[in-house]
Parts: sequence; C-alpha cells; structure tokens
Amino acid sequence: MAEIKLADSKVQELKDVCKKFEYDKGELINVLHAAQVIFGYLPAEVQEIVADELKVNIAHVYGVVTFYSFFTMTPKGEHPVSVCMGTACYVRGAEKVLDEFKRLLDVKVGETTPDGKFSVSSLRCVGACGLAPVVTVGEKVYGRVAPEDVKDILSEYN
Amino acid sequence: MDIVKLNIDNKPVVVEKGTTLLDAAKSVGVDVPTLCHMKLHDLNVENNPGGCRVCVVEVEGRRNLAPACKTECTEGMAVNTHSLRVVNARRTVMELILSDHPAECLTCVKNGKCDLQTMAQDLGIREIPFEGEQSCYKEDKSPAIIRDVDKCIMCRRCEMMCNEVQTVGCLSAINRGFESVVAPAFEMDLEKSTCTYCGQCVAVCPTGALSEVDNSRKVLNALVDTTKTVIVQTAPAVRVALGEEFGMEPGNIVTGKMASALRKLGFDKVFDTDFAADLTIMEEGTELLGRLQKHLAGDKDVKLPILTSCCPGWVNFFESNFPDMLDIPSTAKSPQQMFGAIAKTYLADKMGVKREDLVVVSVMPCLAKKYESGRDEFKVDGNPDVDLSITTRELAQMIKGANINFGDLNDEEFDNPMGESTGAGVIFANTGGVIEAAARTAYEVHTKKKLEKVEFEALRGFDGIRSATVDFDGLPIKIGIAHGLGNARKLLEDVQAGKSEFHAIEIMACPGGCIGGGGQPYHHGDTGILKKRAAAIYREDEGKEIRKSHENPFIVKLYDEFLGEPCGELSHKLLHTHYFDKKKKVEIKND
Repeated sequence: MAEIKLADSKVQELKDVCKKFEYDKGELINVLHAAQVIFGYLPAEVQEIVADELKVNIAHVYGVVTFYSFFTMTPKGEHPVSVCMGTACYVRGAEKVLDEFKRLLDVKVGETTPDGKFSVSSLRCVGACGLAPVVTVGEKVYGRVAPEDVKDILSEYN
Repeated sequence: MDIVKLNIDNKPVVVEKGTTLLDAAKSVGVDVPTLCHMKLHDLNVENNPGGCRVCVVEVEGRRNLAPACKTECTEGMAVNTHSLRVVNARRTVMELILSDHPAECLTCVKNGKCDLQTMAQDLGIREIPFEGEQSCYKEDKSPAIIRDVDKCIMCRRCEMMCNEVQTVGCLSAINRGFESVVAPAFEMDLEKSTCTYCGQCVAVCPTGALSEVDNSRKVLNALVDTTKTVIVQTAPAVRVALGEEFGMEPGNIVTGKMASALRKLGFDKVFDTDFAADLTIMEEGTELLGRLQKHLAGDKDVKLPILTSCCPGWVNFFESNFPDMLDIPSTAKSPQQMFGAIAKTYLADKMGVKREDLVVVSVMPCLAKKYESGRDEFKVDGNPDVDLSITTRELAQMIKGANINFGDLNDEEFDNPMGESTGAGVIFANTGGVIEAAARTAYEVHTKKKLEKVEFEALRGFDGIRSATVDFDGLPIKIGIAHGLGNARKLLEDVQAGKSEFHAIEIMACPGGCIGGGGQPYHHGDTGILKKRAAAIYREDEGKEIRKSHENPFIVKLYDEFLGEPCGELSHKLLHTHYFDKKKKVEIKND
C-alpha cells in the first residue's frame, strides 16, 4: 500500500466535522464514525487528521479504530456484502452462508476482492429476524439465504 | 471531610469517603496483592484499569468478590482479604494469566525481578490447569528498548507512563479480546514511532514485556579483546542506585566500590562522566552567559530561554514534538557524548592509542543513552565516540556474573585525567541539578565574585514544574525546571506561545531526573526510593572538596592543553551538536 492522497474537499469536510464537535476528545468515536461515512473507510491518513484536529495521540485513535469492528481500515468494495450473524440468523445457518461468500470471493471477513468489486463483512442483527438468515449487498436485502443461493446473488453484480 | 468506618480483616479502619478498599487496607498494613495497579505518590499518578483482578476481596453481604482497587469503602463494610474463597479466586486468576504467558522464566531478562513471578511464588502456583492458545506477536527491537509483547499482561502501566506522565503518546492498547496488545499506532515498530526511549515504560513494566537492549555481552567481548583498550565512564546517578542491586538500602553511595568493581571487570581505565558534566557546565554555562549578555545589550534576535540539552530522551522529545524550536536548546552535547569526544581525541593521544582501538563504554541510568551513542552525528568515519552504553542494571548483572562480592569491595578512586569531578558534576543526576551546577559557575564568571553559598536550595525539590529567580549580583535570572516530559511540554508550550519569562530552563525526561532513569534498579512503584537516591546525590556533592565546575583542575588543564576556551573553535567542533526535525509522519504498514 502506498501513501494515499486524500481529496481536499473530503479533508475539509472531515475538518468541519471536528469543528462541529468542538474538537472534543470525548467525541472521538463520533468523529471517526463521520469520517468513515465521508471516506468509506479509515486509512492511516484520515486517522492522522483526526488525531491532529482533536489533539489526541495517533496511537489512541488507532486503538479505538481497531477495537470497534464497525471501523475498517480497508476500503469497502463497490458492492459491500454484509452477512447478519445475529442470533436468529446464526441459528438458521448464517455462518455457512458467510463461509460460502468467503469461499467464492476468496477473501476473509473485513477484506475486499483485489478487483475492488466486493467486500465481505459480518454484522449483528439488521432487525429482520423473520427473514433469517439475512444478507445485504449495498442497500439491497436478501432474506432466507441458503449457501447455494450465494452464487446467484453474486452473479447479479457481475 | 466525610469519613467512613469499616473493618478489614477484623481491623477497624477509618478513611476519607471515596477511598478504595486497596488504599484503606494499606493504611492498616494489609497489602492486597495487585498486578496492574500502580500508584506513584510523588508524581500524583495512578494506574488503575481494574484489569488484572488479582486484588479481589470478599465483602460481607455481597454476592460477588470485589476488586479492591475499584471498590470504594462504605460505612460498616466488613472485608476479608484472604478468605479461602478469595485465595482460590486469586489463584484461578493467576493460573489464567499464566496460561497465556511464556514459561521461560529462567532465561527471561526479568527473572528474579518480575512482579508476575513474585506473585506466582507468593500464591504457590505449581501447575497451570488451563490449556489454550498462546499469544504470538512479533518482537520489536529498537536501538534502546525491546518489546516482547507475548509477556504482556495488559496492565497498561506503560501506557499510563507514556501517555499521562510523559505525554509522548506512543503506546496504546489496540485490537480487542485475545488479539489485544499494547503497541504504537498502526503496529509500527518503536523505532518508527514517536518513542523518545525515555524508558519509563520499562521502569514500570511488571513483567519482561518491555526491557532494555542488553549490551553487556558486547562489553565483555571487548574486555577480552587484547587489541582493544577499553575505558569506562559512569554517570552520576549510577553510584547512588547500584547498591540496591546488591541488597543495600536505597540511598547508599557506592562510588568507591563501583570503581573497584569496574577495575576487577577488566576495564583499562575507570573514568567518570561527572568530569564531562563539569565540562558541559563550562560550555553550556558560557553559552547561557553569551545569550544573556546579548539579550541585555538589546539584541532582539537572541534566543531565550536557553534549554538544557543533557538528556537524550528530552532531545528526542523536542525533535519530534517541537521541531519549530530547534534553535532554542543549548547546542552543548550531553556529558556522555562530551566524554566520548574528548576520550577519542585528547585522551587517545595521551594514551597513545588509535581511535579505532579505543573502546568507550558508558554506564548510564538511562535507556535513551543507548540510542544517543548510536546517532550518526556522534561518529567519526563510522566510529562512534561512545561505543557501548549499558545501564545500572546491566552493570550489576556483569558484576554478579563475574562473581565479584560487591559488598566486600574496598573503595577505590577513579583514574585521571578524566575521573576528577566536582560536586557540580555530581548533582547532574537530580532534577534541578544541571541548572544549579550551571548557576554556580555562571554566577562567579558573570559577577567575578566568589559565591558565598554554593547550594541553590530554591532550585531543588520534587515538584514537576518549579521556578526560581537567582540573583546574579543585582541581575535577576529567572530559571524554570521541569522533570517528566509532560511537565516539559507545558513549559515548552509557553515558550512557543511567547509567554515564557524564563532565561533558562532545565529539563529532564524522567521523573526525579536521572536518579529515576529507565535504566536504574526497579523501584516497583515506590517513589520514596527516588527521593533517597536524590538525597544521596546531595550528600555526595557536600562531601566534595571542589563544588564548582570551573575549579576542576583537570578541566582547567584540558582547556589549557587542548581545547583553548569554552565555546571556542575546537570546543564547537567536539563538544557541540545540532538537532533535527523528527516530526513523524504516519507510515502505513506494508501487508
């Protein structure tokens, strides 16, 4: 990975967010949340800006980013796949569905395919337990997904 | 003041409201064991993450055991700190911690000095019933500090020292659960981080997770190499702490025994960094007076306050945190490096030894000195002025390894010409000492009068930030002192904002100064030890016949025979340095 040049407009947007939170160190998680919305992920350069603006140690920022599974340092794919691993989905076989996505795309959870097309993550309960197991691709929700459906789902985006 | 009455192990206890069970127990002589908790009284810091769970106690009427460090005393509490249930729970906690700890105590750097080992002994742990995955993290070896994170028990003491006391902010807990470790940002190596090598993380680590780079084998190899002449210099703080490693009371002065031990180890000459401290005063004091005189003459460009530059942890700190102010610190090298520069020129000539055949070893209370001695600007054609730097602890280890009975040694003197020092050189070990030594000389040089009383009591003490005005015969000199890098940062931010009124500021990275350095015998949280060492330093100063650097006859001779005058051409070449902008940019890990 080489150093990344961040878009000036997005950097400005992030700085405005820090300002909105009055540079309060206690708002670090909220600022990171907003930063991830702006950039899609939290590369080191973004964390450094947050550390500078809020005047917190970069090690601390990185500590928070690595603690919460919501935050990611890898850019998400064009079509982010999320498999719900909430209790209802889990007992109805979500893990096997997740394994199938990992197998077909040859990535681990939290990773993105080399062509940048798909990323795979797991999440905890989307509130649609009646449809368990649930998978979302981008904004689209798939219910009652079985491992053998995974291939078809992916082919919709190829 | 609200008070609370309770019973701990059937002893009645009265404490202020808000006191924890741990502190309340301590007040009646009950030491509840802890691993993560650490309170450094004189520094007003406390590490209390409540993470290790070793300090659990039984509170009557409560269903669960309570962590003593996190439980406030309440009226009428009845507490048992060693019921069977408590002891069993404590054992289980220890067994769980040990189940993910490398079983390599015999070869561990902390063997015999490890809080975890002591705890396991005290609890009589003989087997570990839990089997499971073991942490496996990369080893990180910087020029001064080694991180062996597999031995980490996540007590977070290092983080507290690095972030709260030193404000270096290099370490943080990262990841979560079993994967969590304490590491620099982006899991970069220490060498690439903002680490100053102050070593305060090492000083408080309860296990062998953080340790110094051990140079003692290299020193032994040099000592047996017949083609080399090996000389040694000892920093002032070493002589008041080394005895602790041999069971002596803190505050024992062992200068003579140390010189004797070094000779027995085989050093060809045993010299003293205190000599170079006197030399530092000549250079730094002259620089201070030079800047002051220009300032008094109305020169608006002159940089004041002047900052001391003896402490390599501090130098690293300002190079990465205040790169816009690199022209403010004194350009004088540290005593360690001044010693090396003179040894490899003046002394090598006198001894008739070639530079490359002379090995200069330093014994320091410090880890940053290891890094400092390896800096490129302190080398001539790749040959360093100081070849190897070892800590007080490493020296003790070498003495033990050579089965020298330290306690029985007779006192011996240092060799000359670089072993003679004054009381001013000695007090470099204490916070406030460098500036006091400078004041003793600067006063007499500036006023051309004899100092009535050499002790500047106003400059002494243990408060993190101190200030005093010293009267130079009608000229008030305002002096600031900080020890601990967090305190230094406060003074520096004032300078940066143009709010500082000081003429000179002394800064030492470690709490207490060099006597509290990262290479000293472990204090295990008892900062009272630091005060005893500091008092011993002042006693050593009092016992010296000569107490002002400019009166050291060998310093006078050095200028006569070799250097010319302080801050002269040759002095500039050999005894002064320059600083670099080391503000770290984020580096991304290459996967």
